[in-house]
Amino acid sequence: MARNKEALVLLLDVGPSMHGVLQQVENVCSTLVLKKLVYNRSDEIGVVLFGTKETCNELAKELGGYKHVVVARDIKVVDEETTHALQNLPRGTSPGDFLDAIVVGLDMLIRKFGNMKGKQRMCLITDAQHPLRDPPQGTKKEQVDTIADQMKKHEMKMDCIVFRESGVLHNAVMDENDQLLYHFRERSVAKVVQVDSPTSLLGALRTRNILPVTVFRGDLEVSSNFKIKVWVYKKTSEEKFPSLKKYSDKAPASDKFATHEVKVDYEYKSVLEPDTVVPPDQRIKGYLYGPQVVPISSAEWEAVKFKPEKGVKLLGFTDRSSIFRHYFMKDVFSFVPEPGNRKAAVAVSALARAMSEMDKVGILRCVWRQGQGNVALGVLTPNISSVRNVPDSFYFNILPFAEDIREFQFRSFSSLPASSQPTEEQQEAADNLVKMLDLAPPGREEILKPDFTPNPMLERFYSFLDLKSKQPDANVPPLNKCLKRITEPVIDYQAPLIKKLGNAFELKENPKKKKARTQDRLTYTGADDQTKSLDELSAEKAGVLEALYPPKEKVGGIGDHSPVQDFEAMLSQRSSSAWVQKAIEEMQKYITALIQDSPDGDYHRKALECLAALRKACIIEQEPKEYNGFLTKLCQEFRAVDDAKFFQLLLSKNASLISKEEAPDSDVTEEMARNFCLKSEPSSQ
Amino acid sequence: MDLDPEGLFRDDSDEDDDSVQEREANKEMVVYLIDASPKMFTPATTAQADDKETHFCTIVNCITHALKTQIIGRSYDEVAICFFNTKEKKNLQELAGVYVYNVTDREPLDRPDARLIKEFSCIEDSFMSNIGSRYGITAGSRENTLYNALWVAQALLRKGSVKTVSKRIVIFTNEDDPFGGLTGSVKTDMIRTTIQRARDAQDLGLSIELLPLSRPDEEFNMSLFYADLIGLEGDEIVEYLPSSGEKLEDMTNQLKKRMMKKRKVKTLSFAITNDICIEVNTFALIRPTTPGAITWLDSISNLPLKAERSFICNDTGALLQDPQKRFQLYNDKIIKFSARELSDVKRVSSHHLRLLGFKPLDYLKDYYNLRPSTFIYPSDEQTFGSTRVFVALHDSMRRLRRFALAFYGNPTRPQLVALIAQEEVTSAGGQIEPPGMHMIYLPYSDDVRYPEEVHLTSDDAPRATDEQIKKASNLLRRIDLKNFSVCQFSNPALQRHYGILEALALGEDEMPDVKDETLPDEEGLARPGVVKAVEEFKASVYGENYDQEEAEAAATKAGASKKRKALTDAAALKSAAHDWAELADTGKLKDMTVVDLKSYLTAHDLPVSGKKEALVSRILTHLGK
Repeated sequence: MARNKEALVLLLDVGPSMHGVLQQVENVCSTLVLKKLVYNRSDEIGVVLFGTKETCNELAKELGGYKHVVVARDIKVVDEETTHALQNLPRGTSPGDFLDAIVVGLDMLIRKFGNMKGKQRMCLITDAQHPLRDPPQGTKKEQVDTIADQMKKHEMKMDCIVFRESGVLHNAVMDENDQLLYHFRERSVAKVVQVDSPTSLLGALRTRNILPVTVFRGDLEVSSNFKIKVWVYKKTSEEKFPSLKKYSDKAPASDKFATHEVKVDYEYKSVLEPDTVVPPDQRIKGYLYGPQVVPISSAEWEAVKFKPEKGVKLLGFTDRSSIFRHYFMKDVFSFVPEPGNRKAAVAVSALARAMSEMDKVGILRCVWRQGQGNVALGVLTPNISSVRNVPDSFYFNILPFAEDIREFQFRSFSSLPASSQPTEEQQEAADNLVKMLDLAPPGREEILKPDFTPNPMLERFYSFLDLKSKQPDANVPPLNKCLKRITEPVIDYQAPLIKKLGNAFELKENPKKKKARTQDRLTYTGADDQTKSLDELSAEKAGVLEALYPPKEKVGGIGDHSPVQDFEAMLSQRSSSAWVQKAIEEMQKYITALIQDSPDGDYHRKALECLAALRKACIIEQEPKEYNGFLTKLCQEFRAVDDAKFFQLLLSKNASLISKEEAPDSDVTEEMARNFCLKSEPSSQ
Repeated sequence: MDLDPEGLFRDDSDEDDDSVQEREANKEMVVYLIDASPKMFTPATTAQADDKETHFCTIVNCITHALKTQIIGRSYDEVAICFFNTKEKKNLQELAGVYVYNVTDREPLDRPDARLIKEFSCIEDSFMSNIGSRYGITAGSRENTLYNALWVAQALLRKGSVKTVSKRIVIFTNEDDPFGGLTGSVKTDMIRTTIQRARDAQDLGLSIELLPLSRPDEEFNMSLFYADLIGLEGDEIVEYLPSSGEKLEDMTNQLKKRMMKKRKVKTLSFAITNDICIEVNTFALIRPTTPGAITWLDSISNLPLKAERSFICNDTGALLQDPQKRFQLYNDKIIKFSARELSDVKRVSSHHLRLLGFKPLDYLKDYYNLRPSTFIYPSDEQTFGSTRVFVALHDSMRRLRRFALAFYGNPTRPQLVALIAQEEVTSAGGQIEPPGMHMIYLPYSDDVRYPEEVHLTSDDAPRATDEQIKKASNLLRRIDLKNFSVCQFSNPALQRHYGILEALALGEDEMPDVKDETLPDEEGLARPGVVKAVEEFKASVYGENYDQEEAEAAATKAGASKKRKALTDAAALKSAAHDWAELADTGKLKDMTVVDLKSYLTAHDLPVSGKKEALVSRILTHLGK
């Protein structure tokens, strides 16, 4: 097999206790297959299910036993059928025995590849909750030893993912099972991870295999006569969105071998003669220095440029507290002692442990290869291993140079005006929020631990890719529930504490700023529903708002006692334009009712106050048409009636139509506004 | 800069969109107005040092520094330097006491160039003879030099629209009461007109900033005049409190910091709960500075070349317009995507920044890092009350020692982020760390690798003993970098890069010698105490005879190379048996065996890989045939 080709057998527990998360198991395995279809087309994959009702495997046929283990797919080069085999996994009926499954997987690999060397891997996903079958001879631990020996012999590795929902009580069976799995790890043939939420399960399996490549092999020079042999790897590295190729539709449909690729060509043309192409050997690089361009040939530049010597040198140690966390600049490196070199391992271990005890860090200057254009300055921090057969190592983070830091001054919080300082009550509400939204509660696994959190964007891309291969015109699917938990908090918004926080703080939109619909600005219009038309969207939004802010809640409506205050409260409570709309409507209803019910103009003054408040609000909220329309309607309705007094008052209070001068959205000129009052006056007399 | 929902989260932005955006949309024009009255030439400190630095000198240094930084990072910005209270006058308006400083081939307000920096940095030597200093506003004189200076500055800033360019006037002075020498109606009149001048400028969208310098004997008093000029009220004056004159270095630092205008990168909404959504601004406080872009020139005329890009269909060779569709090969099938579909796939969040919860600070592992952090600071510009919520949250997080986990829905790369509450750190020299939160970009599971588990053996990994750890601790104590600060090293490659460019731009022959500050302190490491600690630790982990063992191992390796030498010799001997030139001439090379051919190649230290034809042609090339 090629160096980077891999044969993988998935061992999936489909027993009854796993039914709840089979969907996630399907998803994570599908993603793995999809990525193989994109990046590792020649990898081979086999699928074994255990905990099934049926039994179907070679060992059972030949030797008997190995019940409830089904080979769902033999080891074959990955293809579209592989994804089919992983869709709709059968819901098994018997408790799964993972040791049986491992033996079946091992047997499949040995049968297929014999003594051929190559990357062979098994991946076990189980909850390891049920008692295992007793082996015919010896103990289970001895059986594990035998299996581990076989795996070693054939250079196989195994990833074990143990899923236990939080809240499941630990019992002796689980402990025993865990011990057995950890024994695999101690024999250095397996890696075991425990996860407790479906989301973590999605992130627990490495879905893409990347060959570890060293960045540097050589000496970590503590001083000129003391060096430690280390190998440096990348510890983190961003998995990027696939760089898709540009598509050309020029090839005729009949051409089966068309690549549809696009070649990008650059031509350099002189400014003076735009028609002549300047050949490469007549070009010279110009470096910018302010407005000047300084031409330097490559050879010249090579002669004068900065050329550091290869090597990793220690500058010294310093307190951890003198390096703020936010100074870390890039992805992270890992310094491991040279494999097989005990002395190096001891030296690294001694330094790492001393650093950890004294809370110190090392400062290094690194030039990874000869000819590198710059040095990397960074901080070395200890990584004390908690697993017996994993050596201690270091992490290395790049630090900024003086030129990389921009020193902006910001106002200290203590000098902010009182209006920006939280009150005691508000501070308490914030404290409670921080305490309540605890993502690392005692007694359970950390929630959304980066090491187990999948990338929702990439997950969605690969599933969309697969969907499109079947339905070319498919729409982008929404995020599934487990992935949504990464992007959205799982909070009960009705919890009293959260409500209290909402009540403690008051946020107001700045009315002076141009009214860019807040909701649109602060959120993407319908993250998942771009296909919907705008109308549908706004209708839906209103629906959502209805659900989020039921009309009965908090500021209900406008009461008789203090209508103007109620109205203002409604306006300030709102967090979207829908609330404004609602407040205005309520106020209009109230005013109409007030005038209608006013026998002798008793309530006119009150109605007028309300009208003035409404007018003011409509100017601030830039809804002049609302007011103008309402006022016109009001006049038409009531001018015949004996409400003349009211309109006289209206005039005196200058509560006429809102003109263009007051609100740009209005189509009423100042003159029209003045005339409106005049017009209404005679008619009301 | 206005908030633009489209521009905010551009889908096609690449990694460095921060800096690009900064340069293009946020161009700046600044006029430095420097007081040149005799008062500025008095010693800046009371210290009895031999070389008494003056305020004038401090300012020249600061501006030189600022120009140098600017030419590297933001060379699109334009600068004018202008002195007031001068003997000579040089300005378009022919106003007295104002001197607009410039060098040849440059507009008064223009991008800084090498010559400007070079000449300005040594202006002090020739200042008195060429430009001269005098008291500007004196009793009996009708001249108001401050008024004139503002007038000139405003005129300089006339070009460019305020919508796309931010325009600033920065005044440097140590005179807190410029009209102190006057009395009566002349004084009130002058103050009134000067302030009116400043107001007019501000109405035109120019911002006026003051960098006050305190003299050793007295603090700069803002309330005497300048608070009115720049329009400060109440609390804001505190922010402008001038640096105390005790330590010149502190003052210099503070000036340097204040000269840089804060540039926000983006405005984000930060959803804390469903109905509390506050407004925050993000700033890029730490970003790698890289040598500027390269332009291609015609090597004959040295004129810039225009690059033209064309798209060519690989199958037909036809010229294409910018192709809109992208594709991915999947299971050997071509799957097409439109730009719209791709941007939809990337939009996984409905909010810019959304709070998910909190974790204790020690849950933030050292390897949770991918990119430089981003700083966030609250803003009440569009949502009142944001600052209050932010401050409360900041305080709670700090006291409870938690960081916030949030989801940052940037469509280029939606990501989990950790928000760390940063307490303000100040020293005599001003703010060292501003208060706010740092946003750390966290990796996803697929971004984390486990190199430490690559080479496992069944045996336990070797661990250090307590004795060895003790020796290591001793070593740590010996090689301690006292007062280490992250920004104490400048980037040697960058310094050299710009050093060379500066020299070439000014036509100097001598290449600058840039010191590499990042090399270890050999002298310090050679101190007996350090050497002893190192030796002890080395003996403790490696054993006494390590060097000797190493030497032996090296000797074995040398043995290997000896063997190689022997092989070459044998090959040389073997290849000498043939007359290669003749074989080549008669075309008989192809009749030789591969082994024979290889003996020639080995003897002449040439590669021996490839098929027989390749070997033959390689020999022919080597023989020069």
